[in-house]
Amino acid sequence: MSDIACRALCKTFHQGDETITALDHVSLDIEEGSFVCLFGPSGSGKTTLLNALGGLDTPDSGEITVGGRRLDGLSRGELADMRLHNMGFVFQAYNLISVLTARENVEFIMQVQGVPAAQRRTVATEVLAEVGLAGLEGRRPAELSGGQQQRVAVARAIANKPALVLADEPTANLDSHSAAQLMDLFVTLNAQRGVTFVISTHDARVMAYARRLIGMRDGLIVSDEQHQPHPMDA
Amino acid sequence: MSLPLTALSTLAWRNLWRNHRRTLIMLAAIAIGVWAMIFMAALMRGMTEQMVRNGLQTLPGEVQLHQRDYRRDPSVVNSMAPPSGQLLAVLQSAPVAAWAGRVRVPAVISSERGSRSVTLLGVDPAAEQALGSLPGDLLEGRGLEGDEDRGLVIGASLARRLETGLGKRVVVMSQDPDNNVVERGARVVGIYRGRLQGNEDRFVYAGRAAVQELLGIGERISEIAVTADDYRRVGDWYPAVAAAAGSDLEALRWTELDPFLGSMLAVQDGFTLVFMVVVFLALSFGLVNTLVMAVFERVREIGLMQALGMRPGLILGQIMLESLFLLCLGLLLGNLLAVLTIAPLAGGIDISSVAQGMEIMGMSATLYPALHIQDMLMSTAVVITLGLLASLAPAWRASRLDPVTALTRD
Repeated sequence: MSDIACRALCKTFHQGDETITALDHVSLDIEEGSFVCLFGPSGSGKTTLLNALGGLDTPDSGEITVGGRRLDGLSRGELADMRLHNMGFVFQAYNLISVLTARENVEFIMQVQGVPAAQRRTVATEVLAEVGLAGLEGRRPAELSGGQQQRVAVARAIANKPALVLADEPTANLDSHSAAQLMDLFVTLNAQRGVTFVISTHDARVMAYARRLIGMRDGLIVSDEQHQPHPMDA
Repeated sequence: MSLPLTALSTLAWRNLWRNHRRTLIMLAAIAIGVWAMIFMAALMRGMTEQMVRNGLQTLPGEVQLHQRDYRRDPSVVNSMAPPSGQLLAVLQSAPVAAWAGRVRVPAVISSERGSRSVTLLGVDPAAEQALGSLPGDLLEGRGLEGDEDRGLVIGASLARRLETGLGKRVVVMSQDPDNNVVERGARVVGIYRGRLQGNEDRFVYAGRAAVQELLGIGERISEIAVTADDYRRVGDWYPAVAAAAGSDLEALRWTELDPFLGSMLAVQDGFTLVFMVVVFLALSFGLVNTLVMAVFERVREIGLMQALGMRPGLILGQIMLESLFLLCLGLLLGNLLAVLTIAPLAGGIDISSVAQGMEIMGMSATLYPALHIQDMLMSTAVVITLGLLASLAPAWRASRLDPVTALTRD
């Protein structure tokens, strides 16, 4: 499912009279089980590309195929279903549902998927333990630290066993220690579960974990190379 | 995909209490609105029922039988024989609760001080008692003791106008079947307080046999009044009475005898519905504002839910559920408030200060609010239907948010 192919993706935004090219004929292939970092300065198009891969944003032109399925012909509802069943998202700003506890945040997507309650509870407990939050299941986001909230977001992203996790600047609001823990977690999930990770970042600490680095600038892919992971100490 | 109702309900309920103060204010507004709907409906219905009941006691009965020309010329000429045969059998069987044959003719009553035009009612007190058509509030003297009682019971207002009183003699004058003037002196044996002041001036009661003797009509009567003690169900038994009455007699329901009274009930439900809709329309602005604010405050979260894979329909459903919870809570409180405020008024509300003005509409001095389950159901239907309709716009807007834009909202 997680094989990704992009062909000639274009996307422009308008700010007043100015036209900003976020994606400029971007073509890309990402294999299943990859651990890819998109890097580049702000405004280089990383987040736009990530949003397009997740079906959150629609390119002006070009094709995206995820798991052999073209995204450009899908309705909003079909795109939502695809995200629900096949993708996990981790955002920069934690983005948890504030009125739900950590466990409920993790269970929520499974609830929407119709997973039975007992199974949901077991899975949520397991993944929260996996991300190091055992014992904190009943806390609401406001009662957790930034690092803990991001771990809940990761637990939620992997709870429904997606083939693909898209992470947008996941360490931007974390201290070095929390960032290293999070990246270790990503690497473990990638290795043990075979989850494909596509991470946008301009954080060198994150790039150090990648097996493939794709550099972007002004909406163009300016570099694409294999990389030997060399995690840095926190 | 089946609707994950539990997930949506949990979210909706908790979101409702994110901003306690705003939710409580909106709840109070809905509850007071619902209370106003039901309380006003109870007052209006109580007023209408009282007008109908007063009207029925004046008519009296839910069905009346007359000689065919009586309504055109309500004089003694158009009298009829007392009921017999099949008609009598129908009148004496269920669901008829009571009936009375009475003489009802226009007359003039004179004291030494003045004269007034009245309606002379020759009644059998025992039969009329069951109909509830006799004046119940005797201020002085006694009621009629039998259908041969030769005394008169007159209204307090009429007594004042004639400057007469208990024990005084007056003269009653009317016409016999040959259009000859007949008159008889009679003593005032009772003075009553009518439910409506107009009735005190209008109706003079005497024994039926005494009036029949005065008019020289033997045992003939002017009308037969029939009741089954439920004016709303008259249609169930009227056909049997009308059929038994035959073609010589005219059988009329109370809605035909007094069309104004009949139309009161017909328009009651309409008025109540219009009132409820107007109240809720005012409320709906607050409701929409609450939901718009609730959506506005969590645009980012809605974007997140879309990003995680919630279909637009589920987002819409969640906002609608939130609205439904708010409406149901408001309805619960409003209904409770209505019951708690109407129950203590079961003994009636004294409106004597305005009763004279209201009397023209058939009202009396005490108003009894009538709490009907149908009004509670109607208010529930109005609030839920209009409330959900009003919620559709903000919910739709939330469901159509662009996830990327929503996620980047500060």
